[in-house]
Amino acid sequence: MMRPSTKVTIAGVELKNPVMTCSGTFGSGEEYSEFVDLNRLGAVVTKGVADVPWTGNPTPRICETASGMLNAIGLQNPGVDVFVERDLAFLRQFETPVVVNVCGHSEEEYLRVVDRLADTDAALLEINISCPNVREGGLAFGQDPKMVEHITKVVKAHAKQPVIMKLSPNVTDIAEMARAAENGGADAISLINTLMGMRIDIKKRTFMLANRTGGLSGPAVKPVALRMVYQAAQAVSVPIIGMGGIATAEDALEFILAGATAVAIGTANFFEPCSTVKVAEGIEQYLIDNNIPDIRELIGAVRDI
Amino acid sequence: MKVKERAKVLQQSCIAADIYDMTLAVSFAGDCVPGQFVSLMTEDGSRLMPRPISICGIEKDAIRLVYRVAGSGTADFSALKAGDEITVIGPMGNGFPLDVCAGKRVLLIGGGIGIPPMLETGRTLQGLPEDEKPASLAYVVGYRTDDKYLYNDLCAVAPVYVSTDDGSFGVHGTVVDAMKAAGLEADVILSCGPKPMLRALKAVADEQGIDLWVSMEEKMACGIGACLACVCQSTEVDHHSHVHNKRVCKDGPVFNSKEVVL
Repeated sequence: MMRPSTKVTIAGVELKNPVMTCSGTFGSGEEYSEFVDLNRLGAVVTKGVADVPWTGNPTPRICETASGMLNAIGLQNPGVDVFVERDLAFLRQFETPVVVNVCGHSEEEYLRVVDRLADTDAALLEINISCPNVREGGLAFGQDPKMVEHITKVVKAHAKQPVIMKLSPNVTDIAEMARAAENGGADAISLINTLMGMRIDIKKRTFMLANRTGGLSGPAVKPVALRMVYQAAQAVSVPIIGMGGIATAEDALEFILAGATAVAIGTANFFEPCSTVKVAEGIEQYLIDNNIPDIRELIGAVRDI
Repeated sequence: MKVKERAKVLQQSCIAADIYDMTLAVSFAGDCVPGQFVSLMTEDGSRLMPRPISICGIEKDAIRLVYRVAGSGTADFSALKAGDEITVIGPMGNGFPLDVCAGKRVLLIGGGIGIPPMLETGRTLQGLPEDEKPASLAYVVGYRTDDKYLYNDLCAVAPVYVSTDDGSFGVHGTVVDAMKAAGLEADVILSCGPKPMLRALKAVADEQGIDLWVSMEEKMACGIGACLACVCQSTEVDHHSHVHNKRVCKDGPVFNSKEVVL
């Protein structure tokens, strides 16, 4: 058999394979380039960037949970100017599209970042309206379908690049949020961001995180993420980037079968720094083993038993 | 260059209550310097996060780790026997600066499970060429009680001054009490231990104009500087995020005491 095609397209941007990184887990790729060849990724999704540097939350910012972790980093980032000059410049040496995750406390802040990125190498923008760890912006925009549609419209009116809206799982009806993003003109959607959670240290009788609550990620959240990706895929026609607990090619294939055009690896990078490449290789092997010439045949191909 | 690999356990023993001494055969031993750490992975799929463990000894093809069982992950490690394998990533972070010790009166100060990295730091300093060596070298170590793990190893390297929280061995009190009791003076202090100890050392260092270096601890996720979980407050704007947060795993764990807020 010929080598199968692993190419997918998100909003006109071709990815050599469907494996991306989850924003916030991969920095801007530099640290992980010691372990993986960034040329082998479908796309690099950078840590959220704001218009000015953000300090983030006090520590401890993370703690472990059963098959997962909670984080409350609080979107620490150097601001878009440093990001463009340093991080985008670093990523330019690779033949891999860059997705820039954009965060803000207000509409104006999101737009300042979007405008600053207009004439850069960023291939796609991912708008973070779902971070559970910042008080203003973030989740405040992501839990109300009217706000989701509004912020999507506003960003779309400014953005030169195609826009991915990153959705929160901390909602009652994910399909409604997906439709709101699509109605606002989103070129794609990504989900899930982390699930809001908590841990308490019973010896000290304190919260485990300085922020009290944090975002749950890792294999523990995968069934929830998969269900939400499936529901979103049923609700909208824009491409979906599926994420939430993906650690193996088998995990990734479940998301693709549920309707994701691409997938992203997050927490797994922490315990297996080569996860992204291993997942990409495993997907290709699955196509070979099952005599499937093109990955796109699998997108949303799940059937009832 | 960091390496992730399966490493064979060469030996493991319990050397004090909850304190374990494990030797791992690793390919990157020759790249390690004192003060660095490794990330150890459990075999249990419900405990996924890497555990940062400081390097206590560096041999040609192996590293020695002395760690405290503080939770379920380290409890998993403590059950490993010679011949078992474990996943390890290393070496991580930056070690203690050795060049600042040349010709100086140097104290290596460790508190509790901060003692292990000081052992190799002393051994390495003693092994330097004469013109790079400290003028004098001593350990000051603080234990909770009379369990004295690594005490004999430390004594083989340099004079050792001891404090215990309960007074059961050495000076009753802190490492600063032990320093004062022995009338120790220093130009340079390299240290690792709990934050109150580092804070107390900083007060002494500031008062006496001592060049103090501290190894910091914080909850980590990636261990390589990407996730920004393990930051500590820095006095100057940091070069990564342009705020006041240095990454313990990547910019540290060793910092000059003037770089960080203790």
